[in-house]
Amino acid sequence: METMQIEKTSRKGIVLFSEYVAGSAIRKAVKIGREEVLFELRDSKLKGRGGAGFPTSTKWMITAAASAPKKYIVCNADEGEPGTFKDRVLMMEHPEIVFDGMVIAGYTIGAKTGILYLRGEYYYMLEFLENHLSGMREKNLLGKNIIAKEGFDFDIQIRLGSGAYVCGEETALIESLEGHRGEPRNRPPYPVNTGFMGCPTVVNNVETLASVPHIIMKSGKWFSEYGTDKSTGSKLFSVSGDCENPGVYELPWGMTITEVLDIVGAKNTKAVQVGGASGICLSHAQFNRKLSYEDASTGGSIIVFNESRDILHILQNFMEFFVEESCGQCTPCRIGNVKLLEGVKKLRNGNYTFAEIRNLRELGQTMQVASKCGLGQSSPNAFLSILDNFSAEVFQYTSSDKHNGVNNE
Amino acid sequence: MLIYERNSLVDEIVDLTVEYGKERSALLPILQTLQLRHKCISDFAQQEVARQLSIHPVEVYSVISFYTFLHPESQGRNIVRLCQTISCDLAGKCYLVKAIERELGIKFGQTTKDKRIKLEFTNCLGMCDQGPAMVINERVFTKVTPERAVAILNEVK
Repeated sequence: METMQIEKTSRKGIVLFSEYVAGSAIRKAVKIGREEVLFELRDSKLKGRGGAGFPTSTKWMITAAASAPKKYIVCNADEGEPGTFKDRVLMMEHPEIVFDGMVIAGYTIGAKTGILYLRGEYYYMLEFLENHLSGMREKNLLGKNIIAKEGFDFDIQIRLGSGAYVCGEETALIESLEGHRGEPRNRPPYPVNTGFMGCPTVVNNVETLASVPHIIMKSGKWFSEYGTDKSTGSKLFSVSGDCENPGVYELPWGMTITEVLDIVGAKNTKAVQVGGASGICLSHAQFNRKLSYEDASTGGSIIVFNESRDILHILQNFMEFFVEESCGQCTPCRIGNVKLLEGVKKLRNGNYTFAEIRNLRELGQTMQVASKCGLGQSSPNAFLSILDNFSAEVFQYTSSDKHNGVNNE
Repeated sequence: MLIYERNSLVDEIVDLTVEYGKERSALLPILQTLQLRHKCISDFAQQEVARQLSIHPVEVYSVISFYTFLHPESQGRNIVRLCQTISCDLAGKCYLVKAIERELGIKFGQTTKDKRIKLEFTNCLGMCDQGPAMVINERVFTKVTPERAVAILNEVK
């Protein structure tokens, strides 16, 4: 029985999909030494690719400087953001750069153990990834005395998630690894000081770690030449929705949305959701905004909607997602998302007052500052941006306008 | 539960603690393995896991109740999860829902009378470029059409 079409196209790209020989960056990293690796990383100005955009070199330097008997590298492969699938493609097509990045991280900060936290939905990858790890152990790229360097011991284990979106948040992920409910911790202390089992821990996104081997091989300066001043290098964008060629694209930071829409073959585009459900929804007037940390920031997800789509239907889908995935630990997120969803349903029925909408806006802004973790802080983004950017459609909404507009739920 | 079933379950859990260790961090891998093999983590299994790891059974239950993929009761022999997130929704999820519900005579969230199939919605499966996507147990099916979905479900035992 045919299950799915795994695309085995040989992708070409400027950074992540450029040529790389498995293991070569590990050898070079050991040759140039720990400090030099950190300097290259600093020069590259690489920022976390999961969406938050924290400078990777800072994270590594703090952990490398910490004196602790045990340190950990955690690769965050809990890719749950709606519309994101770049990590799936990276791990299925280029596991070597992800794992080499982890080994280099282990060498640089002095960790002996790396953990890949794979989301439960990607269970089918487990065997393939385990086989790849066994292959690396045979080639002495993992295990004891890696590449015959005395005292360079590092091994990677794979741990599975069990279907909780919030575990993509780094402290929730660590809670989950420790065998607890995946509820985010208070920060600070940050994982770089007190992480897995109380030890200094670097948690990096799959794509961040995959960038590292290329930076080591081709220098940080080379990497920083791509992209913009504050967002260097390239990014994998997962494009889905109403376009001719959905898929993963490696593009330099700083491209405008119009340019991306041209590349993926999108026509009659009404709206673009940048950054998944927790991102912002942009209308036609804002398609000249640049994809970068400083402008329209995204962890990779770009969802395209054409003119036939009902914007409130989309918003309701997002809010239902957050109501389901909120861990329920803090009140702004647990109650706030339910209230926003009720508001969206009222908007769809046309049964609202502007006073209510004003209250909901304020509630959204409160959630952005008062929620404990990134989930609650970013869940009102879609709601607020759609109210701002599509006010004409939202407030003139009547059920007769749209064939699918009547809310029967 | 029969006494020999209990004994074999205890043996199994002991074997798992040998494999994953007796620390708290071993809890999730042990529960995941039990879920995979038995389709549920029964009350007895929860208590035994708690005893082996020296934690309170309520701690085990609290973890099970948090994660979507762990269940204290059997949901059915096969769990069918259909992605409800926006990209799959745009790609025609609603037609799949109608076709599947018509064919099996149950709604999403319900189990067939013979316990063969449990229908569930799930959030993003990371197959947004190949939607609509559906997972049966651990296998992923992409670009599913209503006709193909029904054909696949008929093959599930």
